[in-house]
Amino acid sequence: MIRSVYTLSQTLTAIPCALEEKEEKIMSTELYNDGPVVHQPTFIDGHSVEIPELRILDQDGTTYPNADLPDIDQTLATKIYKTLTFHRVFDERMVSSQRQGRLSFYMTALGEEATSVGGAAALKPQDMIMMQYREQGALMFRGFSLKNFMNQLFSNADDLGKGRQMPIHYGSKELNCMTVSSTLATQIPQATGYAYGQKLQGLDAVTICYFGEGAASEGDFHAGLNMAAVQEAPVIFFCRNNGYAISTPAEEQFRGNGIASRGVGYGIKTIRIDGNDILAVLKATQIARAYAVKESKPVLIEAMSYRLGAHSTSDDPSGYRTKEEEAKWQRHDPILRMKNWMLKQNWWDEAQETALLEKYREEVLAAVKVAEVIDKPHIDTMITDVYDVPSAQLQAQLDEVKAHVKKYPEAYPFTAGKF
Amino acid sequence: MAKINLLHAINSALDIAMADNERTVCFGEDVGHFGGVFRATSGLQEKYGKARCFNSPLVEQGIIGFANGLAAQGSVAIAEIQFADYIFPAFDQIVNEAAKFRYRTGNEFNVGKLTIRTPYGGGIAGGLYHSQSPEAYFAHTPGLKVVIPRNPYQAKGLLLASIRDDNPVVFFEPKRLYRASVGEVPEEDYQLPLGKAEVVETGTDITLLAWGAQMEIIEKAAKMASNEGISCEVIDLRTILPWDIETISHSVMKTGRLLISQEAPLTAGFASEIAATIQSECFLHLESPIARVCGLDTPYPLALEKEYVSDHLKVYEAIKKTVNF
Repeated sequence: MIRSVYTLSQTLTAIPCALEEKEEKIMSTELYNDGPVVHQPTFIDGHSVEIPELRILDQDGTTYPNADLPDIDQTLATKIYKTLTFHRVFDERMVSSQRQGRLSFYMTALGEEATSVGGAAALKPQDMIMMQYREQGALMFRGFSLKNFMNQLFSNADDLGKGRQMPIHYGSKELNCMTVSSTLATQIPQATGYAYGQKLQGLDAVTICYFGEGAASEGDFHAGLNMAAVQEAPVIFFCRNNGYAISTPAEEQFRGNGIASRGVGYGIKTIRIDGNDILAVLKATQIARAYAVKESKPVLIEAMSYRLGAHSTSDDPSGYRTKEEEAKWQRHDPILRMKNWMLKQNWWDEAQETALLEKYREEVLAAVKVAEVIDKPHIDTMITDVYDVPSAQLQAQLDEVKAHVKKYPEAYPFTAGKF
Repeated sequence: MAKINLLHAINSALDIAMADNERTVCFGEDVGHFGGVFRATSGLQEKYGKARCFNSPLVEQGIIGFANGLAAQGSVAIAEIQFADYIFPAFDQIVNEAAKFRYRTGNEFNVGKLTIRTPYGGGIAGGLYHSQSPEAYFAHTPGLKVVIPRNPYQAKGLLLASIRDDNPVVFFEPKRLYRASVGEVPEEDYQLPLGKAEVVETGTDITLLAWGAQMEIIEKAAKMASNEGISCEVIDLRTILPWDIETISHSVMKTGRLLISQEAPLTAGFASEIAATIQSECFLHLESPIARVCGLDTPYPLALEKEYVSDHLKVYEAIKKTVNF
């Protein structure tokens, strides 16, 4: 009886055929009347929404019987797999560079690579990707060059971001990837606004917005989802539920049924998927995109995964979780899972694997050597892009700094003698 | 030329901005059919449709987050925060996001097409949560422009300039003057420059500087002072950030004295920033300490509002004290 109050929850299981639905119930005061009237106090249990989890690909590389496969052919599969492989190699190499003291900071996405790569693979190039900070895989899939990655990581003069943000804060206008911001969850209402703008223009385009289950505690999460529902913005909210916000486990972050249950509360189409299953990520995002464009409405995807790596190179997970827990999740490696599938499809073999790994390792190492010796940004970039044109005050402040640097050149080696 | 009040001038600017560019969108709490609690957006939804002028849910951080995304996408986003007192849930989206968007992306993206309108200031028996003047918080944030008009003519021209300026602008509207201030305003499109103060009256003995609703206060005090033979130069700062140091220091080098009047509390108000800069720019020309006539360092009161606020009498007394230093 109580379950029937959640008429919306019942539509969850119908997501795969969402496009066939002509009319969808929207939350209104009339809808409340759909529930039974009772004469004894009847509380709804906080966990009464049952949320299925989509799994298509098993760890051994077989697909589940009767599973709906995503649109994927050998070309796309190979591109996805190569991107995943590059991602893994890149992360490994950059952590080593950080340990060697060449790089100040880095963040891997170890174990969660399928969420960003699979999401990006389901989209069109004109779709905006708003990342949190662990979605370098989306940039890699879109073709952000190795050189661009390195220039950002080494905050040198060729960085698209002009050496202003810490490593991993990538972004590219050309690739429709919004520059990462350290401020968690701010991208969520922004994605709603961005998608609303796309809708107003009548574009065949959506915005995908990545965030973690920790960031979903921020006020901006609730603001962004509610506004997307009310304003009917074609945005795909993609939650990477990786179990940890730095050291805080999900159990200490919220008590509801994950993040997916909140989508129901906001009247948003919601799906939970196995985030380590590349085919499930691809399938769910492909359907979400089609729905968002056709219906001009938001979708929430909660991808269940696990942050196998540390939060960042400044973090040490041994202080808050066990090796056994990590080992359990290592058995769910999303890249190995896809490799197993590729091998079964005869789309990939071990010789190709070995050659590719070798090639990527060399390329990444060579790119580090190039980027780390490029100059820091010119001193004049201190005041550019604060406004469209630097104000007279800013110009005066810069002139003062330049005069000072000239007086004490040895104290300012990045800029002294370079202007 | 028609005489209209400040609200109508705002409404006229929004109407022009929306007619001018179909990608202009106005939204905020009660902004849609109702036209805003002060009616600044009256008639816009009827004219331009619900997609371009609409009510937002009651969530300031969402309004500005949404506006940032919309502006980054290339739309012209005009967001209303119902009272400046309620802007603080959106502080992160304004200070960390809007203000730093262009800088942190290396100009890959920007939210230059964002304008945030919000009524500020006291004088309407609004107590501590309907009376604040929070301009100094935003003036401390590189990347923002902060604009405050003093009358209907200024409001329309400055708002149109703010909407079209390629930087995020926080536009504070003096709510006490919404209906009280009436003046001639051209029906057509015009803009007034941002970052430029305006010398409203010329004088020789002291420079009086203010913005927004404080302008009529210092003008009234200047008249009282002139009866005593004190010649006041009256300046409207108009843009708080980036502010027009040149016009102010030029005036102070001439008069040798400066008085700044603001509604906000004294400590770390924008008057303090002006005083620091002008003493540095005009040190050898100053004949008396720079005077700041401000609210007390308390929350904005209700019953004792008159005692609290910088009014013409307090300014008049400060003029005499400064001139007779």
